[in-house]
Amino acid sequence: MSTASAPSSSSPTSLRNAVIRLAGNSQDGIQSIGGFLARLAGRTAQEVMTYMTIPSTISGGPSIFQVHLGSGEVLHEGDEADVLVVFYKHSYENHIAALRDGGICFYDTADMGPEDIKHERNITHIGVPFTAATVEAVGGSTRDRGKNMFVLGMVCAVFNLDKEKLVGIVSRQFGKKDESVLRNALLAFDAGFAYQVGDVEKFAFVPGEAHGAHRISADGNQMLTLGLIAAGVRYGSAYPITPWSSIMETLRVELPKYGGLYVQAEDELAAVSMTIGAAFAGHLAITGSAGPGLSLKMEALGYASMAEIPLIVVNVQRGGPSTGLPTSVEQSDLMQAIYGSHGDSPRIVLAPKDVEDCFYIALEAGKLAKKYSCPVIILSDQALSSRIEAFEEPDLDKHWVEPTLDISTRPEGFKPYPLDAITQHAPPGSKMAGGKYPVSTGLEHDEMGHPSGSPKMHTLMTAKRRNKLVQLAKELPLPEIHGDQTGDVLVLGWGSTYGPIKESVDRLRLEGHKAGALHLRHLHPMPDGLDGLFKKFKHVVCVEMNDSGLYGYGQLATLLRASLADPRIQSVCKTDGLAFRIREIVTGVEKIMSAQA
Amino acid sequence: MSTALVTPAAPATDKLTKKALTADHPTWCPGCGDFAVLNIFYRVLEKLQYPHENIVCVAGIGCSSRFPYFMNTHGIHFIHGRAVPLATGISLSRPDLHVFVFGGDGDGFSIGGNHLNHAARKNIKLTYVIMDNFVYGLTKKQTSPTSPIGFKSKTDPTGSIDRPINPMRQLLASGATFIARTHAAQVKHMEAMFERAILHDGFSVVECLSECVMFFAGAFDDSWPKKGGTFDTIDETQHDVTDDQAAFKMAENLAPGKFGVYYQVNRPTKNALEQKWIDETQSKLVGVSQKEILKKRFETMR
Repeated sequence: MSTASAPSSSSPTSLRNAVIRLAGNSQDGIQSIGGFLARLAGRTAQEVMTYMTIPSTISGGPSIFQVHLGSGEVLHEGDEADVLVVFYKHSYENHIAALRDGGICFYDTADMGPEDIKHERNITHIGVPFTAATVEAVGGSTRDRGKNMFVLGMVCAVFNLDKEKLVGIVSRQFGKKDESVLRNALLAFDAGFAYQVGDVEKFAFVPGEAHGAHRISADGNQMLTLGLIAAGVRYGSAYPITPWSSIMETLRVELPKYGGLYVQAEDELAAVSMTIGAAFAGHLAITGSAGPGLSLKMEALGYASMAEIPLIVVNVQRGGPSTGLPTSVEQSDLMQAIYGSHGDSPRIVLAPKDVEDCFYIALEAGKLAKKYSCPVIILSDQALSSRIEAFEEPDLDKHWVEPTLDISTRPEGFKPYPLDAITQHAPPGSKMAGGKYPVSTGLEHDEMGHPSGSPKMHTLMTAKRRNKLVQLAKELPLPEIHGDQTGDVLVLGWGSTYGPIKESVDRLRLEGHKAGALHLRHLHPMPDGLDGLFKKFKHVVCVEMNDSGLYGYGQLATLLRASLADPRIQSVCKTDGLAFRIREIVTGVEKIMSAQA
Repeated sequence: MSTALVTPAAPATDKLTKKALTADHPTWCPGCGDFAVLNIFYRVLEKLQYPHENIVCVAGIGCSSRFPYFMNTHGIHFIHGRAVPLATGISLSRPDLHVFVFGGDGDGFSIGGNHLNHAARKNIKLTYVIMDNFVYGLTKKQTSPTSPIGFKSKTDPTGSIDRPINPMRQLLASGATFIARTHAAQVKHMEAMFERAILHDGFSVVECLSECVMFFAGAFDDSWPKKGGTFDTIDETQHDVTDDQAAFKMAENLAPGKFGVYYQVNRPTKNALEQKWIDETQSKLVGVSQKEILKKRFETMR
């Protein structure tokens, strides 16, 4: 919690940002508290980033929601909490270590008392009867349901949040339900708001910079889904798997509004096959999954490379291999995304950097799939899928892509697989003026699509499929370096580590290092000219949430070392299933710098 | 629409002839039953006169799955076992197309077995011809899911020991709405079955016994009168094609068993049910552009 002015006893302490962690069980509704706070931030010119854990079991189990609110740029979920709200003794025991020295802990007196408090650090403990006060406010029959709303009211008072706006957001959410649900929620909220927490510091955020356009708050899976719709995707199929499922659920409900259709398949193999069927039929189509499902789709993905079918595949990565850590974050599917499947099967691989970028990466995937007529994989991850951020509403007048189905008559001599141009298929329904109809094929083929086992043809066609990506690499803009443009260390990464890496570089610069941050959205192909950027720094450190492997390098670092042959490229990796903390990156980078000095 | 392509005037007459439908010369072995299947399919298409450009032939992997290369129509030669879900994607997203799937017993009943069950229960609008030769031919004689017990193959040199699939019973249990059985040497019967299957509104399957002369010669002689067998057809005045219990009983012994339509019922297709849902959803949005729909969605997220 960075304060903008010194605390005084009479007025609330002014602050720029704060991390609030709520810990309880999954049925306590703490996710909805977090969601309300995040949405409020979006409406009050504040930045927000949330982080939550949900148990992979159906009901019950410990769960947390962490909200990082700020009046300036918020780039990460927060290394440690400023305020901890615990619903149970077990929540206290598991999360007190995440509270910073000097932080405040609110606990429910229903499940623990002063005797359970650990006094080793300078932490203010405040016992509040969440349960009892909620029951008293709402009435006996509801038991403790609504204590999340009590806590929300209390947080609202402690942080001097905009009560009117917050109540408006709550009302809209509960207004869809039974009238009594909203009434009870507001009763609990008011009780929490009015509760006298005693002699504890009160806070108020300094006003954030006013944003011109409308701001929205959403999670990554929502923005990917809406980005796909804006990109002109209308068809596809998938199979449920965490943390991908909410994308297919939303597409299933939304696409019919746009005249499209999303269907649940019997398995991952059928899902990718149905999607290739829709793509072959001339539509922009999308399938998706998490890592295990991507593995199952691999054979068909090889087909799409060979037959040059435009296709979008989303992989919301989670901890692996196998069932692994289904509700934790990891970036260990990069190699599988780029090199999975059999044979030489080029495809494009992209990764969004934050929730907002999920929308724009989907738009780009749609354009690239159509232009290069090949599979495009979007590598999201569990952290992005579920965390909420606030950002500018996309300008649809600028970005909207109208879906097209080109079944115009193709001229005589039409070649489905021309060697001197990028394939653009003639989908069924297209008349062929020359009378010869095309066959999409997984066998190696000549320009007309006839099967061909000719050594020369396989060489030429393999190069044709690869050269599309070579061309794309030339067209990609070189990413900008944040911070110092030359100097001691360049810290780079991909995917959801964007924010933490940027913040870490700011921290390194404050500590006197000349440091820059580089983020790669295009992972295959990578833009040409990265080596030129690397040369401007003494050290190059690649930060990834995957294993450093047999040779000491993460998956992106391995690829960079292989393609650029730059032995200075080093790795900071981790595999604990949690997003990077700033101090983990800073410490890792400094260790490499001192070892290589 | 693509601007890169010049759009010439479409040919004036589009009468669908065998000549127009013929593409590469089949790579099948001389004497293969699949030649007759191909010829009868040409004939049925000549009769039905669908717009040439709206016919799609889909296949997976196997000898019979080479079919799309021999048909001059839009076609797709996909991967092993996944022709049916691929065709499902085409059928559900393009109601203007006529979708035909060709494959063998390995593609249909073994590696793709799960898909057959699900396409059948969902009643996807398409026609699936399974050219069943009781053996893996393309890979040169391994046991197939329909190989009879005792069949000697390279993977069962002392004779197959596994109970073969009963295709008729499998299809009845799966919920297919048109199920027929025919024989590649009985061309008139095959033609009638294909035509009825294609005209059926739903998931129609024809199992066509088609001899592999290289690796299982004589497999279907017992139902081939020229070879001394009996071609026993179903008398539909005696068999009610809507009675699945009767069909199940009739399918008890398929060596050689009966030929004809085992089962046919009308049940709404997934295509129709999904379209109904799309229409109902869109009826609430009349006059709202697609872009406006998404804009309104964003407004709720403010």
